Amino acid sequence: MTKIPELSAMHMDALREISNIGMGNAITSLAQLVNRRINMSVPLATFTSFEDTVQMAGGPEELVSCVSVRLSGDVPGLVLFVFNSQSTLKLIDMLMGMEPGTGVEMDEMGESAVKEVGNVLTGSFVSALSSLTSLSIKSAVPMFAYDMLGAVLTSLMVASGRTEDRVLVLETKLFQDQEEANISGHFFMFTEPGAIQKLFDALGFAMS
Amino acid sequence: MEPAAKENAEIQVGIADYKIARNPGRLITLGLGSCVGVSLYDPVARVGGLLHVMLPDSTQFNNINKPAKFADLGIPLLVKEMHYLGAVVRRLQAKLVGGAQMFSGLDDKMTLNIGLRNTEKSREVLKKLGVPVMSEEVGGNRGRTMILNTVTGEVVIRTLGNKLKVI
Repeated sequence: MTKIPELSAMHMDALREISNIGMGNAITSLAQLVNRRINMSVPLATFTSFEDTVQMAGGPEELVSCVSVRLSGDVPGLVLFVFNSQSTLKLIDMLMGMEPGTGVEMDEMGESAVKEVGNVLTGSFVSALSSLTSLSIKSAVPMFAYDMLGAVLTSLMVASGRTEDRVLVLETKLFQDQEEANISGHFFMFTEPGAIQKLFDALGFAMS
Repeated sequence: MEPAAKENAEIQVGIADYKIARNPGRLITLGLGSCVGVSLYDPVARVGGLLHVMLPDSTQFNNINKPAKFADLGIPLLVKEMHYLGAVVRRLQAKLVGGAQMFSGLDDKMTLNIGLRNTEKSREVLKKLGVPVMSEEVGGNRGRTMILNTVTGEVVIRTLGNKLKVI
């Protein structure tokens, strides 16, 4: 089995910075779309086991929406956004221009709204990563699921062929003016260990 | 592996893992998507086993660190362990849960139906071992939690937003 490289605090800071830049771009376009002020932060970046990942995002039976995009090119893998059901509904309210907390269920409109947000967020992340590192990263069309977290994540892992690796997790928070409208999501990236190394090489970090 | 025979406690079976319990233990595995939960039960000895399969076929892989990940290795392993703990192989009854297609979208590489392949391979391996499949709750596009009751051999299935189902 390929040895998983240890990531230092500096590496994690670099990843967090990349995601700050990438998602910052995404949030700007999202804010314009819904005509509201939205801020964001990435409070946590970590590289951890699959089981820990599931616990971190709410446990195997947590109802979540998930948008995933397969990557090819220099960094083959999978990026995905996961929102728990509460945040999913708030997200839909925001996109539909409704008061936060008025949405009650997921329908086709909601699904396409969440898919669109996920697409914008992952797309901006990938293009930021690509331009910062000068690596060629292509993203495929987004896939969507709204169900148990455990079922969603294991299915993705299996489908992407990465059944051994640890996972890169970035916790993301979106803030609006009203506190109750805050949305919290998790951003995951499944890659081969070699691909992560390639990223840091391109950023000018030596792996320890 | 230690037989887990604690009173009525629910024993968790992780991904790519298996556990065995005696009456009155219960075995549970959470959030089956494209994975398949295979339960085996000896109604006389009242010994039950539950396996969480991720992939159908181990022969496509070089490094196999967890045989329970694969249907072709995990099922025979579970049968063997259950035999050590007093189950009789010809009395075993199987139930299958999971094997769903969780994602919708147009990315062909991601929609390869691994859930269906897990289900088909599990059936095939069970048939070879002479273990009958008593009932199934497979396919579809929903995540499932599966609980095996070793008192009755019943399997309870939990999905989000639906009533419990017993098979």
